[in-house]
Amino acid sequence: MSKGRFGIHGGQYIPETLMNAVMELEEAYRHYQCDPQFQEELTGLLNDYAGRPSRLYFAEKMTKDLGGARVYLKREDLNHTGAHKINNVLGQVLLAKKMGKTRVIAETGAGQHGVATATAAALMDMECEIFMGKEDTERQALNVYKMRLLGARVHPVTSGTGTLKDAVSETMREWTSRIADTHYVLGSVMGPHPFPTIVRDFQAVISREIKEQLMEKEGRLPDAVLACVGGGSNAIGAFYHFIEDPSVCLIGCEAAGRGVDTFETAATMTTGRPGIFHGMKSYFCQDKYGQIAPVYSISAGLDYPGVGPEHAWLHDIGRAEYVAVTDDEAVDAFEYLSRTEGIIPAIESAHAVAYARKLAPQMGRDKIVVINLSGRGDKDCAAIARYRGEEIFE
Amino acid sequence: MSHIKKAFEQGKAFIAFLTCGDPDLETTEQLIKGIADAGADLIELGIPFSDPTAEGPVIQEANLRALAAGTTTDKIFDMVRRVRQTVGVPMVFMTYANVVFSYGTERFLETAAGIGMDGVILPDVPYEEKEEFAPVCQKHGLDFISLVAPTSNDRIKKIAKEASGFVYCVSSLGVTGMRSEITSDVGSMVKLVHESGSVPAAVGFGISTPEQAAQMAKTADGVIVGSAIVKLIGQHGREALPFVADYVRAMKEAVGRAETRAQE
Repeated sequence: MSKGRFGIHGGQYIPETLMNAVMELEEAYRHYQCDPQFQEELTGLLNDYAGRPSRLYFAEKMTKDLGGARVYLKREDLNHTGAHKINNVLGQVLLAKKMGKTRVIAETGAGQHGVATATAAALMDMECEIFMGKEDTERQALNVYKMRLLGARVHPVTSGTGTLKDAVSETMREWTSRIADTHYVLGSVMGPHPFPTIVRDFQAVISREIKEQLMEKEGRLPDAVLACVGGGSNAIGAFYHFIEDPSVCLIGCEAAGRGVDTFETAATMTTGRPGIFHGMKSYFCQDKYGQIAPVYSISAGLDYPGVGPEHAWLHDIGRAEYVAVTDDEAVDAFEYLSRTEGIIPAIESAHAVAYARKLAPQMGRDKIVVINLSGRGDKDCAAIARYRGEEIFE
Repeated sequence: MSHIKKAFEQGKAFIAFLTCGDPDLETTEQLIKGIADAGADLIELGIPFSDPTAEGPVIQEANLRALAAGTTTDKIFDMVRRVRQTVGVPMVFMTYANVVFSYGTERFLETAAGIGMDGVILPDVPYEEKEEFAPVCQKHGLDFISLVAPTSNDRIKKIAKEASGFVYCVSSLGVTGMRSEITSDVGSMVKLVHESGSVPAAVGFGISTPEQAAQMAKTADGVIVGSAIVKLIGQHGREALPFVADYVRAMKEAVGRAETRAQE
């Protein structure tokens, strides 16, 4: 079995043209991972620039309202640029800089990863180009403006379905054409090895902090950790340091879109099967001939037909559970958290909030649930208003 | 000896690519016959994939047209069965790993061999992942074609050493598609392939004119053309046959000229 495997999943299914680039990346990562100066620099950026550690907030009103487990929110939405994406991006752009690269490229769905990459590129003086599905540039026009404001060039991707998967394909094509000075800042725990490992390591800070913070507040481990899953970077970040703690339920919330029994869904674990795409073996939504299915979710960030290989493996061995949450449930949760706690979550994160609303009441009051609030919802307000039939201007 | 090697026995080979089912499989069947009659030494049959990440816009669009027309792997197998009754030139499938894997790697490759295909090219399966496919190909008598790229450097040796059929030398960085100029040092890539292994080296990516083909054929054993042919099919649809046949004849002639010069 080749390198970078999680059970049968993972691997390096990429064109030969990119092989030396990913091998160079792996070598550099192995080196800097153990370099105290690199780690110190990164920690400095995460703390002083991105605002870590993020808060672990006891959602008292929500807990009372649901009448079951105590609910904590891991406030990744309070990070600079408004989501967990910055954790990975600061790590990768710093690594790229050390490798002597002068240009970074990235895909983006909702625009959060694009904004984070453009931010880190501005900070570290790198040229930056972002590939974003045309449909998404329209759904998330404000983020397109932000990226340009930060000095990045945004390329609307019209190939395929014009969404996140096509943005990934187009960024891969771009990388194939220009490798020497360019690093591809992959935004999730997906793609060819070593990306799923690198991104997971940079996001694992989330679960390390949850563990410490909860130990301080409650003196114990949580009973369940919930996170939304598209590619799965915030989820793997929130799960990672609990994988070896069998008492902690790890629950990934996928986007069911209009329902897992419809064609308008992005619930990969629930409706997909094993396949090979975007450099990795994992679960994918596809037809019987292996053609990748067009997927749908109200959330541009979860609108992806695959899932990271480590999640596929956690699913196979039964260590994590993956549940599907519909658009309707997510929008309800978006409004619920806003009214109950005064926190507007990203529509992606609202998928995890929605499942917590079902789960917490079934658990005893002595139990603890942590929801990874991966991002803030400012970017989604106009779309949710439209969903509710109200036309507002951004 | 593999059937593919025969493609290189009559001198420099001209290798043509087309996407099956673009615009429909009846047209593909006629085109395969026409391309073979026009002198192509080997034909690459693309099985369309929804997300062809190694392709430029021309072949991406052909993939989408073929899928929109209802083309499936099974229908392509049926078409090959028919065409094999009259067409003798070596043929290989070119597609993406998921098309093979999701069909069942064993079942796909056994069927491909059974209907008379000679090999497969999977651009998203590099040396590191070939153990999953190459031994199964070998078992069924198919050549698993390896690729080398301008960025391969020291990898070329080990790739060429274990190669089967021919080595596909990717002429340029980036995706498939026509280029006005090929700047990579294709000559040294081919030389390294020849020194390291025993199979021929064919060059592809970006070649569209007879001049480029002749230039590449000076060093390479074969020249592969995809996008230029697919573009003609895109322009002329069901009426593409005479245009494609003329083009293939001109390219084959250019490749042959290079050889005559090389021998002089």
